[in-house]
Amino acid sequence: MRIFELTLPLNIDTIGKLKPKDKVLLSGELFTARDAAHKRLAKILKNGDDLPFDISKTALFYCGPSPAGDGQICGAIGPTTSYRMDRYVPEFLAAGLRVMIGKGERSAETNSIIRQYHALYLSAIGGISAVLSQHIVSCETYLWQELGTEAIYRMVVDSLPCYVSIC
Amino acid sequence: MRCIPAKEIIAAVFEAIQYISYNPDPELHKFLVNALQYEQDELARDAIKAILENHKLSPANRIPLCQDTGTTIVFAQIGVGICLEEPLTESINKAVRDAQKSLPLRASMVQEPLFMRKNTNTNVPAFVHIESIPGDSLILEIAQKGGGAENTSFSVMLNPSSESDEIIDLICSKVIEAGSKPCPPIVLGIGIGGNFELAPILAKKALFEKLGRANSIPEYAHMEKQIVERINKQGCGVQGLGGKITVIAAHIKSAPCHIASLPLAVNMQCHVHRHTRVEL
Repeated sequence: MRIFELTLPLNIDTIGKLKPKDKVLLSGELFTARDAAHKRLAKILKNGDDLPFDISKTALFYCGPSPAGDGQICGAIGPTTSYRMDRYVPEFLAAGLRVMIGKGERSAETNSIIRQYHALYLSAIGGISAVLSQHIVSCETYLWQELGTEAIYRMVVDSLPCYVSIC
Repeated sequence: MRCIPAKEIIAAVFEAIQYISYNPDPELHKFLVNALQYEQDELARDAIKAILENHKLSPANRIPLCQDTGTTIVFAQIGVGICLEEPLTESINKAVRDAQKSLPLRASMVQEPLFMRKNTNTNVPAFVHIESIPGDSLILEIAQKGGGAENTSFSVMLNPSSESDEIIDLICSKVIEAGSKPCPPIVLGIGIGGNFELAPILAKKALFEKLGRANSIPEYAHMEKQIVERINKQGCGVQGLGGKITVIAAHIKSAPCHIASLPLAVNMQCHVHRHTRVEL
């Protein structure tokens, strides 16, 4: 098993060195977005407006955290199933997105377009929230608080363990 | 008549939700410890070790086992000699609301499914199934179930001439198609018979059975074994990373059905198998 310690943003050369089933310990700033946030981000793109953050410099983490308890940086952290976000991938890649983190297989079309853009889809293990939460340096609601867990959270992660699924 | 105060029920359901949100299923934990003896795949072993580490850290650090802290499902059996202060569902929903707020758990329920999809912010309502039984006990089987595995579950009305081999084929192909989406290693609850609504309920109830128990009817026990063995040869493995362990166990529950029908339902359960039983 090859293990890479990588820090966001990732450039095309770094992604080019990776192969499926490599382990990646990912650090840096990323943003969570799941179904409801994707819907809103896609609407912004459709209207021709700028996204609320630079998606080319970060990663989208398909994740809806649980609330933090007293004295905790974050609650339970982990990936949600990625295929539900497949329909948004082409337009997000066109807008600059290069790194996605989630779990589960993606459609054949999504596989092929991710490779076409030399982008990267990382799988995190689902259901190991207490392990993953140890790699969260900070976690705050960034946008659309009214969506609750489906809001966009800005997270700084340190060596978040993932596996390369598509690159 | 034996009267059970609402506050007693609320406290018991709250305690059950709290316990299963932070503590792994002991049977499943044992299975994974044992799996390290025979799983050779390097990535699968890495993932199993991470899951076992999570089993330790979750109760120690008080972080829920999974970020999808689930929706609450209760199968209640109420003795005919029991009297309650309020409808059972009300007491259960109070406990669910308390648990979401004070543990805290993730709010994962939307009020309306298609248009607004506004979060209830409380995890209410729970899914409650009530059955009347003789005697004066109140038995609650409680689960917290995540969305990923639920989304890969299915039900189908088969032709009653279907053979058991065809059913095995169908189940295996659906589970293989689901891949790592339901967070394997998974447990399969399989409902055969009943009618359109009963088969999925049987499938869900089957998840509450002791992990890996063989069916008391030999033909069904044989099917369970076949399903587990065949899927595990396909190589999806822990979280889709490969290896021999995609399915931990398959539990079939059957029920009488119409002469024209053969309903089948399969409820998939991720490795965060949160379930318990409370008797009041």
